[in-house]
Amino acid sequence: MAGLELLSDQGYRVDGRRAGELRKIQARMGVFAQADGSAYIEQGNTKALAVVYGPHEIRGSRSRALPDRALVNCQYSSATFSTGERKRRPHGDRKSCEMGLQLRQTFEAAILTQLHPRSQIDIYVQVLQADGGTYAACVNAATLAVLDAGIPMRDFVCACSAGFVEGTALADLSHVEEAAGGPQLALALLPASGQIALLEMDARLHEDHLERVLEAAAQAARDVHTLLDHVVRQHVREASILLGD
Amino acid sequence: MASVALSEAEKVYIVHGVQEDLRVDGRSCEDYRSVEVETDVVSNTSGSARVKLGHTDILVGVKAEMGTPKLEKPSEGYLEFFVDCSANATPEFEGRGGDDLGTEIANTLYRIFNNKSSVDLKSLCISPREHCWVLYVDVLLLECGGNLFDAISIAVKAALFNTRIPRVRVLEDEEGSKDIELSDDPYDCIRLSVENVPCIVTLCKIGYRHVVDATLQEEACSLASLLVSVTSKGVVTCMRKVGKGSLDPESIFEMMETSKRVGKVLHTSLQSILHKEESLGPKRQKVGFLG
Repeated sequence: MAGLELLSDQGYRVDGRRAGELRKIQARMGVFAQADGSAYIEQGNTKALAVVYGPHEIRGSRSRALPDRALVNCQYSSATFSTGERKRRPHGDRKSCEMGLQLRQTFEAAILTQLHPRSQIDIYVQVLQADGGTYAACVNAATLAVLDAGIPMRDFVCACSAGFVEGTALADLSHVEEAAGGPQLALALLPASGQIALLEMDARLHEDHLERVLEAAAQAARDVHTLLDHVVRQHVREASILLGD
Repeated sequence: MASVALSEAEKVYIVHGVQEDLRVDGRSCEDYRSVEVETDVVSNTSGSARVKLGHTDILVGVKAEMGTPKLEKPSEGYLEFFVDCSANATPEFEGRGGDDLGTEIANTLYRIFNNKSSVDLKSLCISPREHCWVLYVDVLLLECGGNLFDAISIAVKAALFNTRIPRVRVLEDEEGSKDIELSDDPYDCIRLSVENVPCIVTLCKIGYRHVVDATLQEEACSLASLLVSVTSKGVVTCMRKVGKGSLDPESIFEMMETSKRVGKVLHTSLQSILHKEESLGPKRQKVGFLG
């Protein structure tokens, strides 16, 4: 097929990366002072903000309170100017609601909700610029924000997307690669135990290739974990210097 | 609006301090908090700006798209405002909770730009009655720390200053059908003049005096505020009283004089910051939310 070549003969992708290479990740915790926890992450050109409020009393109907654990409430919103074509509504459409549910499922697996019965934890994620891998950026930002809020978690939750083109598994897809229409896998991993919190795949993929794509995504998620771990330690070091320890 | 719960003693403390021209953080009644402005923060837009005023954080993105001119103004482009009060600011804005405040702010923005001189709309016209540029100004409210309108108007002005609209040419061929050709050079663009773009100055009445740039706590103590939209030359384009209390006419005149004085200073400092940032050129180190 003429047109954009996702993987060149020498093994380079459209933006010059290798097959298993991640985009540049920069992150910062504690972006907003008024929220309980907040974080910002840049994965290449994808920028995501996450803010956590909680654990606090259940808002709205008391009947939704769970007697033995906390309720995790997530909202995914992407700014109207985040995509190339202007989006009319930032949230409330089907895709945003589905992303919110996926985020909720991911974090219910990781947060120790039994420690806060009858309360609610709100995680709000905002995508400022979307260039592929928005789910992964949101999960990574939300992990940092939950840690910034001091809510105990089983482990980091690190996510990455992966695709498959011409027999090679690609890690961390950009928008151009996602739009090309090949199979895409989104994986959220708890790195220490290797447990998968969320796995989602679109489009057709032969089951013989599934293991390779899954392994590429898992390795990329582990690389993300190294970076996030470094960011958290840096943040704690700076905070303790300010406190004068 | 996101509000904070204050006890009576705290309110009395704030009110008494303001009578003596001394606010809780040491400012005088006409001082702004320190403002951080940065443009070109989001790359998918034609122009963007981020403003951080104390704990208030606003992100504005401007997207230029081609559309048809309005029927009553066939040779002008137009601006469309949309304000998203995101749940980041406070959990009450989750879902549709932030829509009321968002609509109120968007309507205020429409009113302050609803005059011939703020933005040169004729420069946005491509061919009369057929094509024009529509600037979609999208405001994203990330954190609410009081004085939303001022911060939003500063961000909108900075984003419009940063907007780069691609230059287009209309080609007519033999049959008379028109074709629009985009210039090949991505840096060939038209810029908007923001000389006459107004900024909003909000004055909150606390006790017998009025303060500029109120924090959330000060807004909780004030019953009535006056929103005045002022241009850099001191011309007032729009005025509105908000709040559940009432204002007497003399204080309105006093507040207007203050707003003109404060507005002129605000405009000069904003212009100098924007020009300084522009002069650093494309090699400027972009900080965004990472700094």
